[in-house]
Amino acid sequence: MKIQDYKTADGVRLILDGELTIYEAASVKAELMDYLNANLTQEIEMDLSQVAAFDSAGLQLLLLAKRESMRLGVALRLVRHSRCVLDAFELVNIGSYFGDPLLLSESDQNHAKQQGAFQ
Amino acid sequence: MSNPFEQILQTFIQEAKEQLHAMESSLLLLESEPNDSETIDALFRSAHTIKGSAGLFGLTAMVSFTHILEDVLDRLRNNEVSVDTKLIALLLECGDHLQELLRVTVINNGEMDDRLQQREVDLRERLQNYQNRQQPLDVVNTPREDRVAVTGNDLVVSNLWHISLRFGSDVFRHGMEPLSFLRYLATLGKIVNITTLIDAMPDITTMDAESCYLGFEIDFDSDIEKHVIEDVFAFVREDCIIKILPPRSKISEYIELIRNLPEDESRLGEILVASGALTAQELQHGLAQQQAGTPPSGTLLGEILVEQNVVEPALVQAALDKQSLIKEKKIKENLYIRVQAEKLDHLINLVGELVIASAGARLLTQQSQDAAAFEAASQVTDLVEEIRDGALRLRMVPVGETFGRFQRVVRDVSQELGKDIELRINGGETEVDKTVAEKISDPLMHLLRNSMDHGIESTERRIAMGKSAKGSLTLNAYHDSGSIVIEVADDGAGLNQERILQKAVDRGLVVAGATPSDQEIYNLIFEPGFSTADAVTSLSGRGVGMDVVKRNISELRGTIELTSQAHQGTRVRIRLPLTLAIIDGFLVGVGQASYVVPLDLVQECIELAENERTHAHARNHLNLRGEVLPLIFLRSHFRLEESRSRRENVVVVRCAGQKVGLVVDELQGELQAVIKPLGKLFSGLRGISGSTILGSGDVALILDVPALMLRTVTNENSNNRKAGVYRLPLTSEHPGKIRQG
Repeated sequence: MKIQDYKTADGVRLILDGELTIYEAASVKAELMDYLNANLTQEIEMDLSQVAAFDSAGLQLLLLAKRESMRLGVALRLVRHSRCVLDAFELVNIGSYFGDPLLLSESDQNHAKQQGAFQ
Repeated sequence: MSNPFEQILQTFIQEAKEQLHAMESSLLLLESEPNDSETIDALFRSAHTIKGSAGLFGLTAMVSFTHILEDVLDRLRNNEVSVDTKLIALLLECGDHLQELLRVTVINNGEMDDRLQQREVDLRERLQNYQNRQQPLDVVNTPREDRVAVTGNDLVVSNLWHISLRFGSDVFRHGMEPLSFLRYLATLGKIVNITTLIDAMPDITTMDAESCYLGFEIDFDSDIEKHVIEDVFAFVREDCIIKILPPRSKISEYIELIRNLPEDESRLGEILVASGALTAQELQHGLAQQQAGTPPSGTLLGEILVEQNVVEPALVQAALDKQSLIKEKKIKENLYIRVQAEKLDHLINLVGELVIASAGARLLTQQSQDAAAFEAASQVTDLVEEIRDGALRLRMVPVGETFGRFQRVVRDVSQELGKDIELRINGGETEVDKTVAEKISDPLMHLLRNSMDHGIESTERRIAMGKSAKGSLTLNAYHDSGSIVIEVADDGAGLNQERILQKAVDRGLVVAGATPSDQEIYNLIFEPGFSTADAVTSLSGRGVGMDVVKRNISELRGTIELTSQAHQGTRVRIRLPLTLAIIDGFLVGVGQASYVVPLDLVQECIELAENERTHAHARNHLNLRGEVLPLIFLRSHFRLEESRSRRENVVVVRCAGQKVGLVVDELQGELQAVIKPLGKLFSGLRGISGSTILGSGDVALILDVPALMLRTVTNENSNNRKAGVYRLPLTSEHPGKIRQG
């Protein structure tokens, strides 16, 4: 998993690229904590279009980030969910917790099914 | 019994039997008091419990039948069906059928045979007449509103499974993926609602990304059975909390669920309401129950709902009152602990050994003349005595439990015979050792059947005799000097003495022309193969029975006697020891040997004064304050060789209303005797009921006083009459031989 960050007006935009699963969970958590704790961050946008695999550990990390952001008063938005993320969100009915519109990112539409984490 | 499932199944079988038993008693009670709502409730609860636990074990045959039964009982409870004899007869048959189902399909693990199946079809058909025709049989398809009306507020309206999952923190490390379980679950039905919980997740700094903190509350729509759902989570069963509530579970089960899960109660309550698993009212109801049980701490959701005017306070109060009642009942039920009889027996055995050991220790300290040690040993002995009493009390059960089952027998038999007979039970609370209670059941059954068949006359005859049309049977139990006495009495025709004597003469038991006493004539019917009945019926009269009854009673160290009055009735009196394990004894010495007399029987001890000795030996009796006291000389009775000792004492014992003096050498004081049965070799021994080991390690024999007395009385009678030829087998052998072994 690679996380690219781009500075925006109020905060940061992250592109999560690769597998968001138990194997990367520890390192991803550490990185996310850094972003959340960065002083000036008002808003974090996470682009999930490049997430190729997603499991419970990944889900748990996103939930953690959301909870922490709410505690800190930072706006956390998830955008361009990839197919596997959407599948998981749908399965556990968690979309409303994040409160983001769930739209399938175009680039992911074709490949996601073969790359799902649960096969 | 090794595998845990088998153990649980045994518990189920035991419980199911008890519930069926309870059902039967309730039904019989209902027959006399058709409008007693408490009895109907109890009936419903029994059926419901059986169904519920049978469901746990996937015993579909029992579940589906009990289900119909429960439906009818439910309607009974709501006054939609009224109680009549026909319905009670049907319900009794249903109880029998369930008992048979339990025996065939569970205990013997077999299949229903044709006969059983035929009966089930027949019963189902008849039950249908009482079911609500407008309602389809299958509850699951019942429209929600109807179901609420029928069930009262006990069951939730939701027809979905409710599954609560809390994954353990090591789930990821074990290579498990919670989401894939959910995916698999989704293939078995429809996940209607799911709520993800991360309440267990600690704050971001301590949260470990490789631990799992996820929990789910799921409402699931499917026709599959519970174990299939359980199997879905089989791989994570060990480190997860998994709770599965079937559709239409009790609200109380939800409340329990809420309470047992790690999250805050009101938060879970809200989740359940939001997901539709519970309605707000059901939750309210359930929490009200909870409130009644535990002192309110903090703000409960129920209170919040009231404050928000969601539910009227009056409604809550009503619910609260009702629920607190139920709670009270529950508490009563929970007062009992189920213990394996084996463990209890082991405990009592140990206590027995403890009694012996402490007696030994006490004896040694006494000899050592160390006052402090003796003091301590005495204290231990006192405590051991208390423990012994307590342990023995654990085994005591009210004899009424045994009596209760006869109500049904009497009802059925009297119907079969076309007689109107009522069974009265007195003293059902009298306690007796469980083994005794169990073993007494068959003999009593026999006596009751005998009374009903031969004792009590037909209704016409009774009316002709000027008796009440209804025959009466009485079972009476009470304690009497260390024994329990059970009486079976009827108000029937009584025994025909002439006919008994005639038969006895025919069979060569009595010499023709002899004139035995009434009591001796009655005793004849306990002889093997003796029957005076003119007609042999399916119930009794074949001449097997009374001798078996007598043998069973004797095996319990009990006695049986019978009195009868022509046209007034017959009374059989059974006297049994309260317990089979330990007795309080009085130790006496004759020559070198020690004997134990059950202390309860001992009335007083007197010294046989020198000037009376010769007199007493010659006449075999003593003048006790103007009363004639027959004497038994133990020395000569047991044919002890030693010469007469310098002094002699008389122990006055009383049993079954008679007094006898036992002449012994020495009075050695009280002791607790742990009864050790004598071996087979000594089974023919009369006058000795067992042995015990003294603190010194010596063996002492326990005297069977009733048998000794019987022997004296018989001797007296035959001496007086000279003509009586009785085949009363009384032997006495030298018991001292045991000591050499």
